[in-house]
Amino acid sequence: MKLQRMNRRALALGALAVSGALALTACGSDETGNPGGGSSNAAAPSNIKCDDASGQVLADGSSAQKNAVDAWVKQFSAACQVEINYKAGGSGAGVTAFTQGQVPWAGSDSALKPDEVAASKKICSGGQGIDLPMVGGPIAVGYNVPGVDKLVLDSATIAKIFDSKITKWNDPQIAKLNPDAKLPNLKIQAFHRSDESGTTDNFTKYLIATAKKDFPYEGGKAWQAKGGQSAPQSSGVAAQVKQTAGAIGYFELSYAKDGIKTVAIDTGAAEPVEATVDNATKAIAEAKVVGTGKDLALELNYGTKADGAYPMVLVTYEIVCDKGNKAETLPAVKAFLRYAASEDGQKILAENDYAPMPEEIITKVRTTVESLS
Amino acid sequence: MSTTPSLAAKRPSTLRGGHLPKWAPWAIAAGSVALGLGVSAAAGLHSSVQWALIAAILHVLGTYVIAARVENRRQAKDRVVTSLVWVAFLLAVVPLASLVWSTVQRGTKVLDVYFLTHSMGVVTDAETGGGIYHAILGTLEQVGLATLIAAPVGVLTAIYLVEYGRGNLARAVTFFVDVMTGIPSIVAGLFILSLMLMFDMQPFGFAGSLALAILMMPVVVRSTEEMLKLVPNELREASLALGVPKWRTILKVVLPTSLGGITTGIMLSIARIAGETAPVLLLVFGSKFINANPFEGAQASLPLYIYQQYGSGEVTAYDRAWAASLTLIAFVMILNLVARGIARWKAPKTGR
Amino acid sequence: MDTTQIADAPPPTQPTTAEQKRAARGATRPGDRIFLGLSRGSGILLLVIMAAIAGFLTYRAVLAISKDDGNFLTTFEWNTGVTPPVFGIAVLAYGTIVSSIIAMVIAVPVSVAIALFLTHYAPRRLRGPIAYVIDLLAAVPSIVYGLWGALVLVPHMNGLFGWLNDYLGWTGVFSWQGGAARSMLTVGILLAIMILPIVTNVSREVFRQVPQMHEEAALALGATRWEVIRMAVIPFGRSGVISASMLGLGRALGETMAVATVLSPDFLIHTSLLDPGGGTFAQNIASKFSEASEFGRDALIASGLVLFVITLLVNGAARAIIARRKEYSGANA
Repeated sequence: MKLQRMNRRALALGALAVSGALALTACGSDETGNPGGGSSNAAAPSNIKCDDASGQVLADGSSAQKNAVDAWVKQFSAACQVEINYKAGGSGAGVTAFTQGQVPWAGSDSALKPDEVAASKKICSGGQGIDLPMVGGPIAVGYNVPGVDKLVLDSATIAKIFDSKITKWNDPQIAKLNPDAKLPNLKIQAFHRSDESGTTDNFTKYLIATAKKDFPYEGGKAWQAKGGQSAPQSSGVAAQVKQTAGAIGYFELSYAKDGIKTVAIDTGAAEPVEATVDNATKAIAEAKVVGTGKDLALELNYGTKADGAYPMVLVTYEIVCDKGNKAETLPAVKAFLRYAASEDGQKILAENDYAPMPEEIITKVRTTVESLS
Repeated sequence: MSTTPSLAAKRPSTLRGGHLPKWAPWAIAAGSVALGLGVSAAAGLHSSVQWALIAAILHVLGTYVIAARVENRRQAKDRVVTSLVWVAFLLAVVPLASLVWSTVQRGTKVLDVYFLTHSMGVVTDAETGGGIYHAILGTLEQVGLATLIAAPVGVLTAIYLVEYGRGNLARAVTFFVDVMTGIPSIVAGLFILSLMLMFDMQPFGFAGSLALAILMMPVVVRSTEEMLKLVPNELREASLALGVPKWRTILKVVLPTSLGGITTGIMLSIARIAGETAPVLLLVFGSKFINANPFEGAQASLPLYIYQQYGSGEVTAYDRAWAASLTLIAFVMILNLVARGIARWKAPKTGR
Repeated sequence: MDTTQIADAPPPTQPTTAEQKRAARGATRPGDRIFLGLSRGSGILLLVIMAAIAGFLTYRAVLAISKDDGNFLTTFEWNTGVTPPVFGIAVLAYGTIVSSIIAMVIAVPVSVAIALFLTHYAPRRLRGPIAYVIDLLAAVPSIVYGLWGALVLVPHMNGLFGWLNDYLGWTGVFSWQGGAARSMLTVGILLAIMILPIVTNVSREVFRQVPQMHEEAALALGATRWEVIRMAVIPFGRSGVISASMLGLGRALGETMAVATVLSPDFLIHTSLLDPGGGTFAQNIASKFSEASEFGRDALIASGLVLFVITLLVNGAARAIIARRKEYSGANA
């Protein structure tokens, strides 16, 4: 009975793997605590209202807000018995997973499109998917030019650099904006995203809104301009900028660390505007709510010349059903979003290089979160 | 040579020609490495690739010239090929050794009992700490279930092809097993994903197992087929001649003879799918927490964990990615070792 | 694989009609019927799965291609998020083929040399352990190669790239403008390293099957080691080496994660192999998949179908070559 022995072996092997794995469960642990010890806001959990939230929540979406969600989850799961599992697969993946009913909540860097809203009606019984602006983020233009510590650019030069029309750092157009800088005769290595991304979408939206002549493309999540190099994810672009002399690239401000310097933008305001969270919040405050009903989709004012308003911003929406959320996940999602929109939740954003929502908008978000059903 | 040994003793040179001493190749190698280093230093070349290349060229040329002078053209050619083969071997060893070395060196940095027995929990990418327990668990369960599906189906299909297979059905199966080997792993993942969407299912570990089983089946069929074909026909004929039914012949004679090879094949295919990332990425979702139930809820897996940690771009996450890589390699290597052990242990005493 | 069996195997026995009759008669016994049913069922299950996958792939691909505003074969763009969507596989096909060719050009000669080294040159005591280590390396998961490629290999390529640019830059194919070495050449080299163990393994098996008599005969005639290899080993092993290369090629064509981590992709065809840019089918699917809309996924599936067909052709060719040397197999199948 050799075959049976064979199958027995296969069975035994599989059984061994499974039972071994199960046996291992006993000694494994989710209690990772906080060995990094870096977080300063350990007091926050007491303010979190858990209600009867429990279980596991899957979520997918924008990688731009990943660090923000990680920080929230850390606080939130310390207070409530909920495992929030946010996979930063990207806005597109998040929206698709949401409209297919795979996740009860998704993060996206752009508001739902009409056909996506239509698709969401299938899974939100009696309701539809809505956009809740929750996280703002300045898109920083990071650069790596030896000997240049301050760099000012305007939208036209940025457009030309990323469209390979300006190819040297000592180009007169850059020199004109930076009369004091010692610009080297170095080739510009412009890095863009190799994957489709909401960051690219918002970055090009800004360029198209303010420098259409120099950036003659339609925009969208996929990079369209010619030339330059690419890397996957914001972290990839930031890593390349850090390694490569002469590099410039765009990513969320939270990725601009470990010595990456960021460009100040000459918007036409009195002073060039630095990429900081405060400046981004000021620009978001200029946005109009264009969503109808409970939907709070925003229209950003990229052309703003207000002093200290950094116009190149990205708003990440949390997408949920206004009505007809799945009963088993609703309490957890609601409690989590309530925490995220709370003062504590928004305060954590600034600590992680994200821009909190302006007061006027976040108040509306809080009301909407409470009304979710 | 049938003449007397005295003749050979008198004129050994005509029969044997000149001959380089045994240590000659080593001397030439050492000399060319030294020269290569010297030339690079003199010319101010920095790259190790450059001096190694110069040394390699010098070695090959030097061997040819010296051997051609002392011995003859044919011997010289032989020696050049010998040194080329050695150079090729060393050339290949460098990256492979570097791969193993860097994985071990960087992987051991955070690899400890804590790392193996804890999940990521709420540790963010930029923080230190966290572990891969949840990922190991997920991989073991997903791969174990995939094997439970793919191994019997694969072995039975191979038996059908080799022992029974005649006619159109067998030809079609053979052809499509070939086609199936060519399925990009991400496509297998897409296929299962579309089924899941059809039945409105959430991501769970077993979905990953199904995709992995699709990838594993043709490999098992192919390797088992090869092994069954190696069984000499005389064995089958002898058994059938004794009046043993065909199915018992297969079970009692054919399979035992090839069992070692079949097991090795299955183990190797397990090792192959254990490292698959793409389908797992689509189907099991990934998780930072422990989930021991492969039939419900998102699970993690080792290759997916490596990909996600690499993707986050943080230095601390890179360390974890290397440690997870080391664990994954160790897992695969242990499977290989066990497979070979079984192959040797179960090998029939005849036919070797 | 047990090769001594192959070498000692008897000449092929054609299935005789008597045998077929016996097989047919055997199938009437209940045990045989159950067993045949089981094994045939497994074969049919495989066919059903394949049919489902192929049908699904083609269906989704047709959906996508019918809406493509560009030419699916010649467009240098991949933008599925706009209306009307524009996408084409020209760059992907070029990148896939070029990176695989680079991998083959490097890996095949080196693998053959290593296989010869292991069968004919290495000190006898080292042969076993080295072969064993190379066997193990064939099992290293591709994601690990990708991690190593991105974090170790890429930074080490700068020296080679600078050198190529200095001496061969004038050709245009090897010109380099600085920056990270995340280009087609690096991808090709990484793929070469990845397929090296598998090609070596199969070639070594083939060389080990060379009848001892042939080699001894050549040696007895006074041939040097190289002449033995040239006259006895290579002619015997040629088709085996070709099929081994095809297997390696199939692997290189479909490699996903390693390419995705190393390459800096874009949608242009670069003359220089050292310029970052380009892409391959599998890499494009992996890096575009997460952000793709439903339609974008269909478009990616369409490109996956093309890859599928290419790998099918390559594997089919390898299979055909292996089939030609069936005479060395001992079985009657």
